[in-house]
Amino acid sequence: MQQKTFKVIADTGIHARPATLLVQASGKFDSEINLEYNGKKVNLKSIMGVMSLGVGKDAEITISAEGSDEKDALNTLEETLKKEGLAE
Amino acid sequence: MSTLLSGIAASNGIAIAKAYRLIEPELKVEKKSIENVAEESARFKAAVDMSKSELQNIREKAAEDLGEDKAAIFDAHLLVISDPELLGPIEDKIKSENINAEFALKETADMFILMFEQMDNEYMRERAADIRDVTKRLLAHLLGVQIPNPSMIAEEVIVISEDLTPSDTAQLNRQFVKGFTTDIGGRTSHSAIMARSMEIPAVVGTKEATKTIQNGDIVIVDGLNGQVHINPTPEVIKQYEKEAQAYEAQKAEWAKLVNEQTISKDGHHVELVANIGTPKDLVGVINNGGEGVGLYRTEFLYMGREQLPTEEEQFEAYKAVLEGLKGKPVVVRTLDIGGDKELPYLNLPKEMNPFLGYRAIRLCLDQQEIFRTQLRALLRASQYGDLKIMFPMIATLGEFRQAKAILEEEKQQLLAKGVTVAEGIEVGIMVEIPSTAVMADTFAKEVDFFSIGTNDLIQYTMAADRMNERVSYLYQPYNPAILRLVKMVIDAAHKEGKWAGMCGEMAGDETAIPVLLGLGLDEFSMSATSILRARSLISKLSKEEMEALAISVLDLETNEDVQAAVEAAVSKA
Repeated sequence: MQQKTFKVIADTGIHARPATLLVQASGKFDSEINLEYNGKKVNLKSIMGVMSLGVGKDAEITISAEGSDEKDALNTLEETLKKEGLAE
Repeated sequence: MSTLLSGIAASNGIAIAKAYRLIEPELKVEKKSIENVAEESARFKAAVDMSKSELQNIREKAAEDLGEDKAAIFDAHLLVISDPELLGPIEDKIKSENINAEFALKETADMFILMFEQMDNEYMRERAADIRDVTKRLLAHLLGVQIPNPSMIAEEVIVISEDLTPSDTAQLNRQFVKGFTTDIGGRTSHSAIMARSMEIPAVVGTKEATKTIQNGDIVIVDGLNGQVHINPTPEVIKQYEKEAQAYEAQKAEWAKLVNEQTISKDGHHVELVANIGTPKDLVGVINNGGEGVGLYRTEFLYMGREQLPTEEEQFEAYKAVLEGLKGKPVVVRTLDIGGDKELPYLNLPKEMNPFLGYRAIRLCLDQQEIFRTQLRALLRASQYGDLKIMFPMIATLGEFRQAKAILEEEKQQLLAKGVTVAEGIEVGIMVEIPSTAVMADTFAKEVDFFSIGTNDLIQYTMAADRMNERVSYLYQPYNPAILRLVKMVIDAAHKEGKWAGMCGEMAGDETAIPVLLGLGLDEFSMSATSILRARSLISKLSKEEMEALAISVLDLETNEDVQAAVEAAVSKA
């Protein structure tokens, strides 16, 4: 399993467009991908799951991936987070 | 059989086409137990696939016709319909409880809808609507019911609906929608304003259009007289084709006035300018001979999106409008949000009386960062044309002074940074609250201009919510109470050497124009499509005669008395 922790820097947190981008990116991989925040863990391929977390600015989030393409998945998601200025 | 409905003429012109009902179908879900689980599961998957490809089509079409930001809503729908947390439990339910797909879908979706509706964040609550939309689409496929997809209309139609919301109209393809008619609404409702800006005929408030008209019926929308004919006889169609031609000929006649000034029979000049919502509306202003923009409603920049527009986005929009008008005056109204115009992302609490609540300048003076960002964008754009800034919903002199001081602060800071800002930008207010109309003489000493916002001035003076059908009889623009307030404002402006304009519906109204001309109104701001007709009308009126008319109607007793007096005077002119 691969996992990494980030700090959210976007003012809007992770809902709306950012959530859409992350879910779209996750959907491309076979691995099981989860997002953990505030002790709650949701499927990162589920838009409703991600939005129900209500991740705001300055939140610490952990993304984990497990499966055949787990490395790629985590790299891609990290890239998306940084490129869009969502987290560091 | 031929049927006739009467309603309110909301947008001029005549359209004849097939009916297209934009109405939510009823989707009834019953619980059934099923024998063949695999078959039911497959049926559900097929419905998901069909809904997905339908959404993809709609998304592409919306992106093409309306732009990427309007298409984004369908991306959200596509994600919901692919969501494993939604689909998984439904399939489990079908398998473990031996129930039909419709029921499993409804139970699961309802749980999510409830969950999102209970969140303490307006944005999340709105997501419940996405889930509801997707569920509806899926259910329709499972039940074999058609739901309307307005963005997929591919032939000339008349749209029939209960009411048209901003998101409905955003999806309408202007090439094929020739007109529309609704059950509810009035001249100032959103649907009516949209129809005028799309330049298509509309009749609103027919009460029973959706009950009477079926898909495929031939419908005539007579936006001149407020009538809707359903399956008319060939004779009626012929007569209307003639009338449509006559109207086109009349329009061609008015079109000759495009490059003319607006001058009364006795040589008095007034300005006819347009109300706009986006830079796209400029084409209409120019084609219809507008002498400028009297009301740029900037709130459209803030609506239909998920966060505030940046200073840069606003700057680009303001610059486009100022440059597009090549030095003609542009009155920009600062953010007027609240009332019937909501911004979900601001997370404002619901109010009992939104029209009397936290809106427009009240919100801007409280949430100053929003206001200051807009003012900076405006000031930076000011060098590209003749910008005038107008504050909405001013109730007290204190509010105006505070708003103006903030504007001045932002200006000084920009100048200090070496940014070019136009000199002598006029700063005025909208007069829509009776307290301000009554105190106009005091305001006139400090403002550069007034623009009377009649839609709100009438609703506040008559204490009648303009969204409430049942009190719509109190929308009385010719009531002497309103006319006297209008006179106070115009006289107060002139006494201080300032100008007075009007930017409500009334400024383009054929019955009001003669009186307003007589009262000395300097600037009339209206839907672009009304400008040429108004110019033609004013050219036939004598200002001196209208002055006498205006004075006499102020002493009449009722709205109807004034209407009759004006009609009599104008038919003689």
